[in-house]
Amino acid sequence: MSVLSISGLSKTYAGGFTALKSVDLEIRKGEIFALLGPNGAGKTTLISIVCGIVTPTAGTVIADGHHIQRDYRAARMKIGLVPQELHTDAFETVWATVNLSRGMFGRAPDPALIERILKDLSLWEKRNSKILELSGGMKRRVMIAKALSHEPEILFLDEPTAGVDVELRRDMWNLVRGLRERGVTIILTTHYIEEAEEMADRVGVINKGELILVEDKAALMKKLGRKTLTLNLTEPLAALPPELGEWSLKLKADGNEIEYEFDANAERTGVPSLLRRMSDIGLGFKDLNTEQSSLEDIFVGLVTERQEARS
Amino acid sequence: MIFNRHAVWAIYKFELARFRRTVWTSLITPVITTTLYFIVFGSAIGSRMQEVGTVPYGAFIVPGLMLLTMLTESISNASFGIYMPKWSGTIYELLSAPISAFETVLAYVGAAATKSVILGIVILATANLFVDIDIVHPLWMLLFMVLLAVTFCLFGFIIGIWAKSFEQLQIIPLLVVMPLTFLGGAFYSIDMLPAAWRTATLFNPIVYLMSGFRWSFFGKGDVSVELSLMAMFGFLTLCLAIVWWIFRTGYRLKS
Ligand SMILES: Nc1ncnc2c1ncn2[C@@H]1O[C@H](COP(=O)(O)OP(=O)(O)OP(=O)(O)O)[C@@H](O)[C@H]1O
Ligand SMILES: [Mg+2]
Repeated sequence: MSVLSISGLSKTYAGGFTALKSVDLEIRKGEIFALLGPNGAGKTTLISIVCGIVTPTAGTVIADGHHIQRDYRAARMKIGLVPQELHTDAFETVWATVNLSRGMFGRAPDPALIERILKDLSLWEKRNSKILELSGGMKRRVMIAKALSHEPEILFLDEPTAGVDVELRRDMWNLVRGLRERGVTIILTTHYIEEAEEMADRVGVINKGELILVEDKAALMKKLGRKTLTLNLTEPLAALPPELGEWSLKLKADGNEIEYEFDANAERTGVPSLLRRMSDIGLGFKDLNTEQSSLEDIFVGLVTERQEARS
Repeated sequence: MIFNRHAVWAIYKFELARFRRTVWTSLITPVITTTLYFIVFGSAIGSRMQEVGTVPYGAFIVPGLMLLTMLTESISNASFGIYMPKWSGTIYELLSAPISAFETVLAYVGAAATKSVILGIVILATANLFVDIDIVHPLWMLLFMVLLAVTFCLFGFIIGIWAKSFEQLQIIPLLVVMPLTFLGGAFYSIDMLPAAWRTATLFNPIVYLMSGFRWSFFGKGDVSVELSLMAMFGFLTLCLAIVWWIFRTGYRLKS
């Protein structure tokens, strides 16, 4: 069942820049969804529209059955947001800002709940400190506490691990898993494939304002797990020898390099057998190098793939 | 949910807590200024001034002092109250919360206006140590105080949303409101002015507010109380209309 349904969502900023191009997306209840994309892809714009911070140019968003503009109160009460940037009231105490957040979202005061949230986030000892006295990581925890204070059913984490150390990252993932167990739907954005891989049930890839694909993590990881092996030959080749025909190789750099693309997750990658065959036919190499396709490459790959599929 | 009372109350309390934290500076400043004004205007100059109408000069300037402080404080508190979240970025939370425009204004302007009314009362109490003040229409005085506070807090709220820098935040209170208040008869009756100036002064909206407020103290103003009330409500309506437009269009709040 989908808890968030986005259709035809577009955004053109006042300057004329189009940050989102007719995005359609269904988020299932209770899942962890990772939105993956490079800088400027439109991740924050998408989240900001759903949360009511940015007005969409076109399209509709339904959050838990409520239209985010027509029925904004009901929709927003269900949504929590931890923004990408650290925005805090420097001179206020942790306790005061977190309680303010709960009130703003229309909930009656509940000191016991706030206490539990602050304890879960190891902020309880700091409850009476002013926010400006906290470290960056603690401020990020305060932002999370604020977002959780009204018990949202849909939680957005916009780049939760940017500038966060290993320990906080681990705590954060534990927290996210705990929330999921309680039935909270979580949508997070990230630049890192590994992060999506570690956390998400499903992954959406966005680039230049277009949602390129949405897939179960397992399926995507298979697609993304491609590597390229480059062999620098001792002697340049005029053409690929027929003995190497069963690997689809490419001859590059005026015959000085052989390139082999393979699936790193496959049981048989074909790399050892290729090297064995080469030594059998006396084809020598000076150096070799394997490279994981970068996110950029993958995006380019996905875009061309999609265009080919269309035509 | 028809009215998000938890949100209004939470913001109102939060804003007043900010005031409470600085309560001594916030209250001592007007007490000291009032005292200084009384030393300068009340005793030094006032002793050489005649009565204005039947009112001794010392008492005559009390409503002016209150108005002056309340206008500047209303504008500065309300504009800071909404400018700060914009500046620090915490406005994202307000924009993403289930709060209507009306509730937002009620909470922010309500808190700022509460401070202004408290300040007004503190000044009145301080002034009472120096001069005897008999308030002819105490209920009207209270009503004027609340209306003035609310109207100028709304005006401050608008400035806070419009401002893109701390400089812009200061410029209107400094360049427009202060001079208009000084020239608006805070420390004199416009009857004391030469005829040409008197006419010019009638274009200053503060004159009408000042006159009405003074009427509530002494039963007599420069212009009729009806005219004062009309000016008051006119300005209030204008501010409300602008605030309404701001929220409808998201002006300088949303992209
Ligand atoms: N308020 C704005 N006015 C004009 N353009 C904007 C505004 N906000 C964002 N943009 C532009 O929209 C595009 C998408 O920005 P967005 O912040 O959504 O990207 P993002 O995917 O979150 O990137 P990042 O990974 O860097 O956070 C960018 O090119 C950005 O410059
Ligand atoms: Mg972003």
